[in-house]
Amino acid sequence: MSSDTDNRWEKKGKPTINLRFYLKLFWTTFTLSMFTFGGGFVIVSLMRKKMVVELGWIDDEEMLDFVTIAQSSPGPIAVNGSLMVGYHLAGIPGALVATLGTILPPMIILTVVSLGYKAVADNPIIAAAFSGMRAVVAAIVLQVSWALFKPLAEKREVLPILLFVLSFLALFVFKVNIMIVMVAVILFSVVHSLILVRKEKHS
Amino acid sequence: MSLLLQLFASFFQIGLFSIGGGYAAMPLIKAEVVDLHGWLTAVEFADLVTIAEMTPGPITVNSATFVGMKVAGLAGVVVATLGNILPSVIIMLILAKLYEKYAQQTLLKRILEGVRPVVVAAIFTAGLGLLQLALGSVTAPDLFAVVVSIISFLILNSRRVKIGPIALLAIGAVVGIGYALLF
Repeated sequence: MSSDTDNRWEKKGKPTINLRFYLKLFWTTFTLSMFTFGGGFVIVSLMRKKMVVELGWIDDEEMLDFVTIAQSSPGPIAVNGSLMVGYHLAGIPGALVATLGTILPPMIILTVVSLGYKAVADNPIIAAAFSGMRAVVAAIVLQVSWALFKPLAEKREVLPILLFVLSFLALFVFKVNIMIVMVAVILFSVVHSLILVRKEKHS
Repeated sequence: MSLLLQLFASFFQIGLFSIGGGYAAMPLIKAEVVDLHGWLTAVEFADLVTIAEMTPGPITVNSATFVGMKVAGLAGVVVATLGNILPSVIIMLILAKLYEKYAQQTLLKRILEGVRPVVVAAIFTAGLGLLQLALGSVTAPDLFAVVVSIISFLILNSRRVKIGPIALLAIGAVVGIGYALLF
């Protein structure tokens, strides 16, 4: 396996905001949304590939922050996440363009499908296409989690690794609801940060 | 209250209270759409869940579109979907503004740093779940899916091969169809 992962992306910074940019933002969120069957974390993985690695609009840490906020707020992660990126890049117009790009594909597809969904659900060609895409989607999400895990491991700090292992066990083995895990870790981080701040003041 | 207003209010509530991903929203959608308003029968709702899993997009947006279309046509689609995402848009705009303002503050920065490993674990868990789904059973996995997953992972992890994720998904669809036609 090649050890050259896409961790060495360069953040190009915020792009110039013009009509071309809005079209690009719309098209990017539209195409990402078009392929995000299988839950919110799929769009997060695709977003990282597209917006962090290919376009350099945001960096990995910002992306993880956006996911945290998107996950702990009401509404779909896909919509919330795109909205955060859009706002980060271009304020309220950017947020609205990104949101529109994200909700249009499911609106169009479901409108068409609701007219004749039995035919679609039973179609063997469509089922075959989905079996192929499912295998790819699993690989995408796993590769993104690998790429995000590596910098975490390279820091060689105990706490982040421990938090990773514990939350993985809670989520995957014990099937704890992610909201509970997040709230627990947020509470832990608040206490931990307050203690650190206090120590810094004393020393 | 007119039907469109009811649709809007119903999906606004669903949008407001569905925290933590699509599956958390399912019971909420069922309560509003099947039990309270009778817009869908229980069987239609089961079909909706299947379709929502097969098609792209968040399950609540899919449901809003599906129910809106069935109850009131295209106007219903627009009203239900807008109602559904409006709470997200309002709340996220506020949070996004707060994030841009306070992200560099030490306390918030530390808290967000603390949560990052959880998000990575959550993405990893989602990936494993998707892999299980793609492979079928763990004891006798679908060999075709195993091969496609491994090759895709290697392509994505390589810096020499430059195929984007969306192009790769399209290739996956074509390969899936080709495999089904050949065997």
